[in-house]
Amino acid sequence: MHPQDWIRTEEAGLYCRPADVYIDPMQPVACAIVTHGHADHARAGHQRVYATAQTLAIMTTRYGEEMASDPQPLDYEQTVTLGEPDDPVLLTLFPAGHILGSAQALLEYRGSRLVISGDYKRRDDPTCPLFKVVPCDVLITEATFALPVFTHPPIEQEINKLLHSLAVFPHRCHLVGAYALGKCQRVILALRHAGYHKPIYLHGAQIRLCELYQQQGIDLGELIAVNDVTDKSALAGEIVLAPPSALADRWSRSLPDVRTVMASGWMQIRARARQKQVELPLIISDHCDWPELLQTISEVNPKEVWVTHGREDALVHQAQQMGYHAKALSLIGYDEEETG
Amino acid sequence: MEAFSDLLEQLYFTSSHNAKAALITDYLKQTPDPDRGWALAAMAGTLRFDFFKRNTIKQLMLERIDPVLFDLSYDYVGEMSETVAHLWPDASTKPASLPSLAQIVERFMQAKRTEVKPLLVEYLNQMNAAQRWALIKLGTRGLRIGVSARSVKQILARYGDKPVTDIEALWHGVEPPYTELLHWLEGRAEKPDISQRVTFHPVMLAHPVDESTLENLSPAQWQVEHKYDGIRVQLVCTRHGKALFSRTGDDISGAFPDLLETVTEHGVIDGELLIMQGKKVESFNQLQQRLNKKKPTKKLMSELPAGLIAYDILADHHQDYHQYPLDERRAALQNYIKDSRSDRLHLSVQLPVSTLDELHQRYEEACQDTAVEGLMLKRRDSLYVPGRPKGQWFKWKREPRLVDAVLMYAQRGHGKRSSFYSDFTFGAWQGDTLLPIGKAYSGFTDEELKKLDNWVRRNTTGRFGPVRELAKSLVIEVAFDAAHPSNRHKSGVALRFPRFHRIRWDKPAAEADTLDTVLTMIE
Repeated sequence: MHPQDWIRTEEAGLYCRPADVYIDPMQPVACAIVTHGHADHARAGHQRVYATAQTLAIMTTRYGEEMASDPQPLDYEQTVTLGEPDDPVLLTLFPAGHILGSAQALLEYRGSRLVISGDYKRRDDPTCPLFKVVPCDVLITEATFALPVFTHPPIEQEINKLLHSLAVFPHRCHLVGAYALGKCQRVILALRHAGYHKPIYLHGAQIRLCELYQQQGIDLGELIAVNDVTDKSALAGEIVLAPPSALADRWSRSLPDVRTVMASGWMQIRARARQKQVELPLIISDHCDWPELLQTISEVNPKEVWVTHGREDALVHQAQQMGYHAKALSLIGYDEEETG
Repeated sequence: MEAFSDLLEQLYFTSSHNAKAALITDYLKQTPDPDRGWALAAMAGTLRFDFFKRNTIKQLMLERIDPVLFDLSYDYVGEMSETVAHLWPDASTKPASLPSLAQIVERFMQAKRTEVKPLLVEYLNQMNAAQRWALIKLGTRGLRIGVSARSVKQILARYGDKPVTDIEALWHGVEPPYTELLHWLEGRAEKPDISQRVTFHPVMLAHPVDESTLENLSPAQWQVEHKYDGIRVQLVCTRHGKALFSRTGDDISGAFPDLLETVTEHGVIDGELLIMQGKKVESFNQLQQRLNKKKPTKKLMSELPAGLIAYDILADHHQDYHQYPLDERRAALQNYIKDSRSDRLHLSVQLPVSTLDELHQRYEEACQDTAVEGLMLKRRDSLYVPGRPKGQWFKWKREPRLVDAVLMYAQRGHGKRSSFYSDFTFGAWQGDTLLPIGKAYSGFTDEELKKLDNWVRRNTTGRFGPVRELAKSLVIEVAFDAAHPSNRHKSGVALRFPRFHRIRWDKPAAEADTLDTVLTMIE
């Protein structure tokens, strides 16, 4: 049966009727599949939640033990049966390469295969396994950076910009805006790979998630909470990571001679960087850039592409040019700004 | 070219004026002539012509990308130069270094029309995205890096330790690449001699009047005149030639030869350019038809003759008047107009005002007069100081008219507002249907802009390319200066300078104004 006959968008999110399950719902539901731990996909208050163990751990870190009454951890490529026993929907999670624990969800029902990619990228990321190409009839892909103006440079190049700036402005505190989950840890690891082994300072909102990463066996090196630094002038010439929302916050005023840096795929567009009063934009993204989106569609080679949250128009157009049936799927509530 | 591109990039992301000045000063020290002078010209906006048109770049780009993807990209990025900088295919091999800024500028200036495109392609292919951005910004003369012509002059003054007034006085008499000016500032040459040139003199501007000024002023100290609704210009006539300049110093002589050829008396006159049938002043709508024409036809000039209402005099064949009080300048101006043989020059009338009541009365009268947009109040002892000195001149503009309209369509903004939905079409009711009556882009705060953007995204009912059709439910109070009849719009009305006055989140769309109400506001 064609997926369009058993999956639809509802106010709460994408809904699979024969399994009575929502994917990344925005409101509390009885049964949910959560692709990854970003707050615009993972909400608290569902009853049963299918997700990877890491995603469930992230949700517990963020929302507490009560985040769901019946969490169901799944390994990658482990299949579970949902819905009626005589008319089952099979669910399997595959790596999405987005952040720790991120997954694509494959739903199989009455002979057809639907892959919900969630957010994903195709580059190496030391915090999660590489995106896996999963053959299917319908691919639901994200479109966060789905315009040909977006081509993300290698992360090494962007990290070098930051290190270069530290050399040129050795007395300025480099305050780097990075989303607390995923981007923050990836920036830290890239700095470590580039040979930066000094302590890295963290805004309070980054700490628990960094601890979680370290519990999961990912070595982030020495991290210090900014709040534990009594003499803030000692942060001159150091790297401080904070959530993007804290860059212009009162919190940052106590730091010495701040140079505002931001790590996000949006930084490719100058006006975006300037709107946020960023002096040093770093183009670092946990999403696909345009060439990678096209590469993914070609490799998965589905019969149909459904495009969601982001710049759907361009990707739908391009997928059609490539010979695929394609349409936009409008889901509300996804917060593209923070997680870019 | 690499250094220039780096400079633009750094200036773009630097917000503090002092830091910008430091970057530019450093560039001036590090960069040889004539590169640095061309960079100054690019920043101060004194390059004479576009090296290439935006449309040329667009055409070249469209030969290299799917037009739908181009449109969507441009719509998102909100700026042509950056869109092309990112979309232009990266060459597999690039030269070790680029030509110098001066080489690039000179080649474009010498290029014949047919040579421009191949030259542009050659350069774009050699560059990376940031350099392409800089080249396109340079070539289309729209840098938008937050450096004004005024601040360039201040930076030069500090660089050479000279008063900024010296730079101002010289500025319109020297030309890019400013080698003689820079050498003088560095103490390596004499001050450039500009006495033989027809130059623009920076103009004096007024502040909007505030209540406390109005309550406390003593009318005897003030000269009161109409504020005409045309464009502010400066007429310069010397034995070396004559010219008409806009208030920013652009030479617009070519567009108004009918006015210029009548003037023979030497002098520098500050005034308002208007369409005038004899002494009768026509509306701004009429003037607009001539502003768009760089070379007007005889027919257009006889139908819409240009005239000048003179406000002030900066010099005549005797002397310079900058340092004289307005009263004395006024006497000189009266003599100038009296002696002039031109029938296109008119003296701005002084309105008789001896009490505050009379002042308010004059204001009320001005508000009824469609040829003017309010009053000008100028201290009789004010010297002519370029810029906007405090407490000297005030403009008292007519209160805007207001109408409650319904938002109909939205488009993304450009530049600073790129990616925000900030350009709105609004309409008024005719029976059960809405007819568009205008577009507004301003008048809201940054906070309101965010809310509007969010509202647009949640209330889109259709899309036409970059345009979103909106649910007809949000009422805005639109302020505008005047309403004119129009046969270009289906509604039959065109508003002058419409802008947001208030967003009526509370008001039901059905209660917005009708087209009939708007039509009654036509003057």
